[in-house]
Amino acid sequence: MYRAHVLICGGTGCTSSNSQKIIEAMEAEIKAKGLQDEVQVIRTGCFGLCALGPIMIVYPEGCFYSEVKVEDVPEIVEEHLLKGRMVKRLLYKETVTPSEVKGLNDTAFYKKQKRVALRNCGVINPEDINEYIAYDGYQALAKCLTEYTPEQVVNIIKDSGLRGRGGGGFPTGLKWSFTAANQADQKYVVCNADEGDPGAFMDRSVLEGDPHCIIEAMAICGYATGATEGYIYVRAEYPIAVARLQIAINQAKEMGLLGKDIFGSGFDFDLHVKLGAGAFVCGEETALMTSIEGNRGEPRPRPPYPAVKGLFGKPTTENNVETFANVPTIIRNGADWFASMGTEKSKGTKVFALGGKITNTGLVEIPMGTTLREIIEEIGGGIPNGKKFKAAQTGGPSGGCIPARLMDTPIDYDNLTAIGCMMGSGGLIVMDEDNCMVDIAKFFLDFTVDESCGKCTPCRVGTKRLREMLDKITDGKATLEDLDKLEELCHYIKDNSLCGLGQTAPNPVLATLKFFREEYVAHVVEKRCPAGVCKKLLSYSIEADKCKGCTACARKCPVGAISGSVRQPHTIDTSKCIKCGVCMDTCKFNAIIKK
Amino acid sequence: MLKKISKIPFKDTPEKAAKLEEAIRESAGDKSMLMHVMQQAQEIYGYLPFEVQQKIADGMGVPLEKVYGVATFYAQFALSPKGEFAISVCLGTACYVKGAQEILDELSAQLGIGPEECSADGRFSLTACRCIGACGLAPVMTVNDDVYGKITAADVKGILDKYIN
Repeated sequence: MYRAHVLICGGTGCTSSNSQKIIEAMEAEIKAKGLQDEVQVIRTGCFGLCALGPIMIVYPEGCFYSEVKVEDVPEIVEEHLLKGRMVKRLLYKETVTPSEVKGLNDTAFYKKQKRVALRNCGVINPEDINEYIAYDGYQALAKCLTEYTPEQVVNIIKDSGLRGRGGGGFPTGLKWSFTAANQADQKYVVCNADEGDPGAFMDRSVLEGDPHCIIEAMAICGYATGATEGYIYVRAEYPIAVARLQIAINQAKEMGLLGKDIFGSGFDFDLHVKLGAGAFVCGEETALMTSIEGNRGEPRPRPPYPAVKGLFGKPTTENNVETFANVPTIIRNGADWFASMGTEKSKGTKVFALGGKITNTGLVEIPMGTTLREIIEEIGGGIPNGKKFKAAQTGGPSGGCIPARLMDTPIDYDNLTAIGCMMGSGGLIVMDEDNCMVDIAKFFLDFTVDESCGKCTPCRVGTKRLREMLDKITDGKATLEDLDKLEELCHYIKDNSLCGLGQTAPNPVLATLKFFREEYVAHVVEKRCPAGVCKKLLSYSIEADKCKGCTACARKCPVGAISGSVRQPHTIDTSKCIKCGVCMDTCKFNAIIKK
Repeated sequence: MLKKISKIPFKDTPEKAAKLEEAIRESAGDKSMLMHVMQQAQEIYGYLPFEVQQKIADGMGVPLEKVYGVATFYAQFALSPKGEFAISVCLGTACYVKGAQEILDELSAQLGIGPEECSADGRFSLTACRCIGACGLAPVMTVNDDVYGKITAADVKGILDKYIN
């Protein structure tokens, strides 16, 4: 028994800010003080509050240290672990009041969250199967194999109302029942961990923080649908997740929780990990299967659906990581428990990766039906630098944006679709007044043009033309007629593309056109970018009354566009200016303005 | 995805060639392992020159055009060598809205190479990479295994200086 536990985040965010070194220093320091039998250091998955990483939690007090540096380690050991005094200066400020230190669950960031899919992230050591088992791990699988028939398992998932968390929102139980209904000599379960939406990292956090729950859920799915083999298709860009998955699979095999005759029930299940190689289209289920087969990851027309003819031509059930992460708790706690959370048609919780212009960047899990305002203003801590909220982007390159006036919309699948947005896999990027919505649409189009697999023409050629039209707008060469053409092409691509990538690629354009048309019009009619982002529409000038003639800008200008004599106001020759902005960064008197 | 094909001549060593041969031997016979072998080959050589693609095609019993097709389809496979210091700038959405493009432009200007290129002396290569998931640190760039978060274009020179000397 240890008297204290030091949990240090080993997620990608904190590892990038050096948590590995802190773990090593902590272990060395504890050993140096002879505490190795009293205090245990555990590397966990993501705690969620990535903005304040590296994060360390010390139990039994549960005190939350943020932005810990290697140099802080001796002080923590000396003061906290030896003398029992918390190191106040390192405590997460939200938890400190003049009279006491609050628990994490009382802070604004955690108060409104409900951790179901992330229940074990930041709680257990993901590389130790015993810790997972101690937190009721593999109980759900045992219950299914020994107490339920496959049909009963499918029905529990159906009754829970769980819907696909990868973006589409298709009812999971129904999907399972389709595969279960098909007879075949071999069936497969596939876990889609090809999290390609830029700015989304919840699936990675589940794999890094709680890999066993995915293994357990896939085995349950295998039992329910009659499959004996599974594949996890995971991005090669997630090395920590891949390593922990492999460790978890090996441990499960050793314990007989994967392999032949699991729990003596006669049910066999085996798992393989396949590495993706960076192709966004592989998040589409048929493309993902083509990729597992070793080919270019091009989608196939549906029907036949994967439930009939999927991986290697066999009936296959494919679900996303977060969907699977919910399965074991649903089995353990019952369908009614899960269905009691959320809204009428969207049950349970949703994990969002909160990023962009927001104070508390990180991972949040909220019950469906929470409003965007609660997420941004309360959990997210608002917009930094006193800027104004402009829009939140969801669903990545396939999604849309929610403008400020719709901030009170309760977030669930159907509400977001109704306003022309989508739930998506869970990326939630916050934008403030300095972001240009036309530029953001162009950013996503750049992405889809790059990622279009080229198989069908509406997507391959259409997205390219869309981007050219956006270029025309940001270059100030478009007419109002072009805006109508832009919209028309969007609908054409949506209606005619083969797979989800093409069908949703115009969404960022359509959503920004719908909510921020005036910004498009400003680019077209006034040849002006209101947010001051689109370079070709900007011009820099010097305000004569503020300029002291210090010559700093003229010396820094890479093209010699600034002239003027010492202690006299300078001027910018706009025909030479390349709009790099160096002068503005250099000026100490705020004399340079762009518009 | 547009890929830049390097004109720098391919250099092989007996050790690397032996490693590649072993990787091919382990997976030959199962065509669904093609990507796996290519990933291993890239780990050995850092990129996939035509000579290596040809060896994989022969060893796995698939046409060269199929290997080339897979190599050009996936972002991970490089047809151009990486520099001694491989620099990546994350262009995920979270980084982009916080100014990652300016950082990429600044690196390009400082190094005199564009994205997906390697400097002539083989020291630096530059990539605009996909979301690495460190969105809490946005904008992010990496140099080999070192991660630099919450940076601005003005920090670029200081970071490069650490590697130039």
